[in-house]
Amino acid sequence: MDYIANILFVILLVLGIGYFTRNIRKVIRNIRLGRDIDRSDRKNERWKQMAKIALGQTKMVRRPIAGILHLIVYLGFIIINIEVLEIIIDGVFGTHRVFSFLGSTYNFLIGSFEILAFLVLITVVIFWIRRNIIRLKRFLSPEMKGWPKMDGNVILYFEVVLMLLFLIMNAADFKLQLLETPHYYDPAGVMGSFPISQFIKPQFDNMAVSTIILIERTAWWLHIIGILLFLNYLYFSKHLHIMLAFPNTFFADLNPQGSLDNLEAVTNEVMLMMDPEADPFAAPAEGSEDEEPAKFGASDVTDLNWAQLLNSYTCTECGRCTSECPANQTGKKLSPRKIMMDTRDRLQEVGDNIDKNGSFVDDGKQLLNDYITPEELWACTSCNACVEACPVSISPLSIIIDMRRYLVMEQSAAPTDLNNMMSNIENNGAPWPFNQMDRLNWKDEA
Amino acid sequence: MSEALNVPTMAEYMAAGKRPEVLFWVGCAGSFDDRAKKITKAFVKLLHKAKVDFAVLGTEESCTGDPAKRAGNEFLFQMQAVTNIEVLNAYEIKKVVTACPHCFNTLKNEYPALGGTYDVIHHTQFLKSLMEEGRLTVEGGQYKGKRITFHDPCYLGRANNVYEAPRELLRKLEVELTEMKRCKRNGLCCGAGGAQMFKEPEPGNKDVNVERTEDALETKPDIIAAGCPFCNTMMTDGVKSKEKEASIAVMDIAEMIANAQDL
Ligand code: SF4
Ligand code: SF4
Repeated sequence: MDYIANILFVILLVLGIGYFTRNIRKVIRNIRLGRDIDRSDRKNERWKQMAKIALGQTKMVRRPIAGILHLIVYLGFIIINIEVLEIIIDGVFGTHRVFSFLGSTYNFLIGSFEILAFLVLITVVIFWIRRNIIRLKRFLSPEMKGWPKMDGNVILYFEVVLMLLFLIMNAADFKLQLLETPHYYDPAGVMGSFPISQFIKPQFDNMAVSTIILIERTAWWLHIIGILLFLNYLYFSKHLHIMLAFPNTFFADLNPQGSLDNLEAVTNEVMLMMDPEADPFAAPAEGSEDEEPAKFGASDVTDLNWAQLLNSYTCTECGRCTSECPANQTGKKLSPRKIMMDTRDRLQEVGDNIDKNGSFVDDGKQLLNDYITPEELWACTSCNACVEACPVSISPLSIIIDMRRYLVMEQSAAPTDLNNMMSNIENNGAPWPFNQMDRLNWKDEA
Repeated sequence: MSEALNVPTMAEYMAAGKRPEVLFWVGCAGSFDDRAKKITKAFVKLLHKAKVDFAVLGTEESCTGDPAKRAGNEFLFQMQAVTNIEVLNAYEIKKVVTACPHCFNTLKNEYPALGGTYDVIHHTQFLKSLMEEGRLTVEGGQYKGKRITFHDPCYLGRANNVYEAPRELLRKLEVELTEMKRCKRNGLCCGAGGAQMFKEPEPGNKDVNVERTEDALETKPDIIAAGCPFCNTMMTDGVKSKEKEASIAVMDIAEMIANAQDL
């Protein structure tokens, strides 16, 4: 019966990672519901962009305070995960500090983990204060009520608990080593160095060895359970970005921000209209009869391309976009962050629908109107401030434009003023009602 | 200035069997808007002064389609684009200069995929290169020492990363360049882009151009410099709404350079 702990551990690990994998596969499936778009070109530039923006966090630090605090949590998170590897091996094989053969390197590592854990603790407290006491404006928008607001705090509590458990575990372990407790003690000397947890250790001074072991084991188990819970929480949270930021920056649009894509389906029609040779009554090419006529623009998530859908899952809900948006700053309903959150929520809804019914069954809803209103879409100045501000290369603007395209080309539902502007362009080649033949009159005017 | 300007058209050049160094794409605002026409004329004077061999399309020019595209009418945009590209390609145009950042962006970034690839530059970039080549000299003149703030047009700045050319020109004018707290890539939009110029704003608590004008007024400028006819209109309206039009002018950089030379 000696192996019960090991077996339990393996079961836990398999369940935790299995459930996580299942959900990630759903995310990937949902992203693939999007239209196809080629983002496989210019690989070198893409790797560079990912290294700079996702790994190097160059856009995060444009806001220095938030940027540096985030960097600490991010580094802490990544580096402390090396320790998780040891925990997993120890858990599976019932060993104790299996990497300790690394000697002084090991001591250095454990010491750095502790300091990082401590820094993460402090940072998380500051983050919490920013959200809940200082109440930074960008965390208070209407779209940040309810779950998104909770989510932001839950993750902070998670971090606090995980870091505390890590430190308590180390403190108890340190004490047990000094007490020369079997399994913990190594005659060669103390394994690890404990710059932070040494201050927790005195709490154990008058405790029975069995109690300290109980504390150590409890902290150890809760810590690994916590990590598995955290992993599985990501799927339900804006914190998917800790993984998706990498593919998202890799696949981001590399063209100048000002350039919008030219819809291919439209190009085909325009070329046909402009081509004097083309016979408008010609029979459609073979095989194309039962093809659905292309839908222009987007009214639902499946009309967007997969890169836009990946954008939506990557959004960190940080609100940097919204806080730079001229429309939002002047009281309009538009919030680029909400555009991303709505897209993600609707995509999730469509995905759940598919899970439930095997394939998508019309639920009478769509992204347009049920989530995003035309009023929001028409308030955008296409200024790219949101795109520039986003730390993970998301473009809310591209979704806005695709939805405008649907409104205009499929529904002829542009505001009247814009319809006038467009008929002027169509008839006079200018957005105002002036005759094209008068285009050069300015040269003779006084 | 009362005498008519000499503005050759591509058709005239073609008839004479000549090719200009550069095509000046005037744009709809530059052709029809009363305020923007002044910018057009100032720029033409500078072209003459620098002895640039240029031509315009005149009545053969048509809207690039930018406002239609940004309003969501991809169809109308591509019709405009394809028509314009036919004309430009027929004249074998290689290089295009324009004083409108929206035309600049569309011609530069969105025409190539439809078969129209040209070397497209903004007039501030072109003027800068003329100075570097020694073809145009600029002195401060009446603007020397004046406090000037430059409003970055979204379609020149963030959209295409051109931040330095306009500032370089202002430095040549020996002005005292003061930056707004939001400038360059953090610059706030004037509120005209994305076809907003042609419609009423959605309900809100302020107009974007007023918000931006407040940024500019904070720098206590003598002149707000612009590089886009639409920004120019928006900022001019903003200054008016603050009743500051008597003391603060909104001017295109080309106008300032032309004025400084008494052109
Ligand atoms: S592009 Fe549109 S949504 Fe983005 S910041 Fe500008 S106005 Fe706001
Ligand atoms: S789109 Fe980017 S900037 Fe906006 S909330 Fe999401 S992550 Fe932040």
